[in-house]
Parts: sequence; C-alpha cells; structure tokens
Amino acid sequence: MSEEHNVRLELAAGLAEEIRAHGQRAYPHECCGAILGRESEGLREALSLRQLPNRREDSPSNRFSLTAEDVLGAEQAAREQNLEVIGWYHSHPNHPARPSEYDREHAWPWYSYVIVSVVNGVAVEMTSWRLADDRAVFSPEQIQIRARAAA
Amino acid sequence: MAVKVIIPTPLRTYAQRREFAELEARTVGEALGGLTSLYAELRKHLYTDEGHIRSFVNVYVNDDDIRYLANENTPIKDGDTISIVPSIAGGGREFVRVC
Repeated sequence: MSEEHNVRLELAAGLAEEIRAHGQRAYPHECCGAILGRESEGLREALSLRQLPNRREDSPSNRFSLTAEDVLGAEQAAREQNLEVIGWYHSHPNHPARPSEYDREHAWPWYSYVIVSVVNGVAVEMTSWRLADDRAVFSPEQIQIRARAAA
Repeated sequence: MAVKVIIPTPLRTYAQRREFAELEARTVGEALGGLTSLYAELRKHLYTDEGHIRSFVNVYVNDDDIRYLANENTPIKDGDTISIVPSIAGGGREFVRVC
C-alpha cells in the first residue's frame, strides 16, 4: 500500500470557507488557487491561501490553468511566510468533487489537490486528493478543519 | 560547466528531499539527464515514455524559459541556475479511477 493512503490535510479555520466562497464567486467558471502551509513529521497543515486567476479563457467552465509566473509567485509568497506551497485548489462547476482524467494527467505527486463542487452557484462537497507515485491514480485525502495554529 | 538545478517541492521526495543538485553539464538536456541519473525516480515525472520533457514541466535557465531558447539543447555556462517549475492545470467533466 502506498504512503498516499490514510493521508490527511488539516485546514486552518476559515480556509475551507474561503475556498467555497471563491468557487461561488467564480461560478460558472472554475476558480483556482495555491494552498500554503507546512508539513512536518507527516502532519500537513494548510495555513493560508493565494487566490489566483484562471488563465483558461477558452474553456474556463471546465478547465483551469496557471502560468509558471503564477506558480513562482505562489512559491515566493510561501517563502515570505516561512511556508511552502503544499497544494492547489480548484472548483468543479456543476460536477462532483472528484478528479477528472484531465486533473490526473496534469497533476504532480506530493501536492494536495483540493476540489470543491459548486452546483447552481452553491458550493457543496469539498474533497482532497494526492497523486500516487506511479501517476496512475489519485488517492483521497481526509480534510480536517482545525483552529488556526498559534504563531 | 557547474550548474545548480533547483528541484521543485513535489519532486523532492524522489531526490532525498534535496532542494537542488549541482551538476557538470554543457546543455540543459545534459543537466536534466545528470539529475535523473542521480535520482532515477524523477524521470517519469519529468519525461514522457517517449523521452520528451512533459508538457506541464517548465524549465528555466536563470530567468529564461528554454522553450524560447533551444529547448534541451540550450547551452549553459558556469554558475547558471536551472529551475524546474511545475505547470498547474486541471478541470472537471471526465472522471478518473481512484483508490
């Protein structure tokens, strides 16, 4: 069994609502953003978000993309907070919060991929996934909401 | 030429958690080849089965995207820094097998 099983993402209070609100504002388009946090001794904590523009102007309701500059900017923002980019989030308008084949093809290992389903403009289910080492499948990751960690 | 190759966070797990590697190489292709020789598990994440750099892998020499230079044949000089920058994309509709 790979290490991706039984993994967990702890979201600081408010971040889940921030992701849901971003998905609702972007509807019927997909929203996207970076998840900043830290991982230590197997504990992965999300501590802040960086909302980013969906660069897919040709098909924004079922695709999202970011530029390399967006990625580098997110990494820089993380470093300034003494954090890392631990994952990315996006929304699935009028579709379940399950990764698509397109998501898998473009995914990287290690990152947490949070997906929020937005149905008729209302954010519903939110899930998180990690790509297996062999790139073949996504494994679900438990999301746990927690109070913001003390500085 | 001695160059530094920055390993992106999601791939460090396949490179003994190292943030970068210092390698001798004359081109970007040689540097990435050296990197994947050092850390063989990186290869499937950087290259397709046909041996091409994956489309969602961006490679920069200092601040320049190698797609606008000579791709893997881009020459490098002593002290250059090669950065591997993940391209992030996705989207709904089709569903994938999960476990």
